Amino acid sequence: MKINLNNKEVSMAGESFSVRELLGLMHFTFPMIVIKINGRLVKKEDYERVFIGDGDNVEAIHLISGG
Amino acid sequence: MKSKLEKLKGICVGIAGCGGLGSNCAMALARAGIGTLVIADFDVVTLENLNRQYYFREQVGQKKVLALKENIRKVNPDIDVQTHDVLLGPDEVVDIFKNCQVIVEAFDRADMKLMIIETVTERFPDKFIIAGSGLAGYGENNALRTRRLGNLFICGDETSEVSEEMPPLAPRVGVVACLQANQVLEIVLDDLAPADGDDVWDE
Repeated sequence: MKINLNNKEVSMAGESFSVRELLGLMHFTFPMIVIKINGRLVKKEDYERVFIGDGDNVEAIHLISGG
Repeated sequence: MKSKLEKLKGICVGIAGCGGLGSNCAMALARAGIGTLVIADFDVVTLENLNRQYYFREQVGQKKVLALKENIRKVNPDIDVQTHDVLLGPDEVVDIFKNCQVIVEAFDRADMKLMIIETVTERFPDKFIIAGSGLAGYGENNALRTRRLGNLFICGDETSEVSEEMPPLAPRVGVVACLQANQVLEIVLDDLAPADGDDVWDE
């Protein structure tokens, strides 16, 4: 499948991945991340049950401590 | 432009956290002429805060919300400053900021940043939230930027984490705080439309 990740097209082997699986595959390692799929925010508690499929637009941004 | 700026008097902005980001962002918005600022923090001013936060020596030990209100009103006594001395959780965020047109995330901890982004997106799908992420250290001017994801704006370099070797310092913290304040002005003065269907996933 192909997804759009942070405005770049990414090809992946497989039909769909949970948000949790995608974050692992993409090496998003920080504990706090904002993730939106097709413009909708996925809450951290839903990472296992929300799935990403072909053509989805995924935006992921690390939240870094400090303020 | 002058008449356009008049509009700011009728605007209410919420600021969640009054540390390096919140205190500097609030002062920038106060000087620009925002009419109402709702500020929230549970902490007191310490000596260590003075390397980047908009407080003064004699305010050490004071509640941050009260010290910041005092500093804002020294610049402009006409601003309505509403203070909330509280540790914010989802319920407090909804209650305290419900009348604000824009909310600025100015927490220190990343888990708190995520909490308020989730809460505002879920409970206030038509409100903008402007968060800060990545501001530690010095230099790297051009790494500091703003990214928009629907109703969420993220200001910072998205990478630099605070540590012993990379403390938060006034210049970079101030730049990010002012990126946030500048984004508030653009949203308000240019009437940016909230993104359609920008809410949380629930199925």
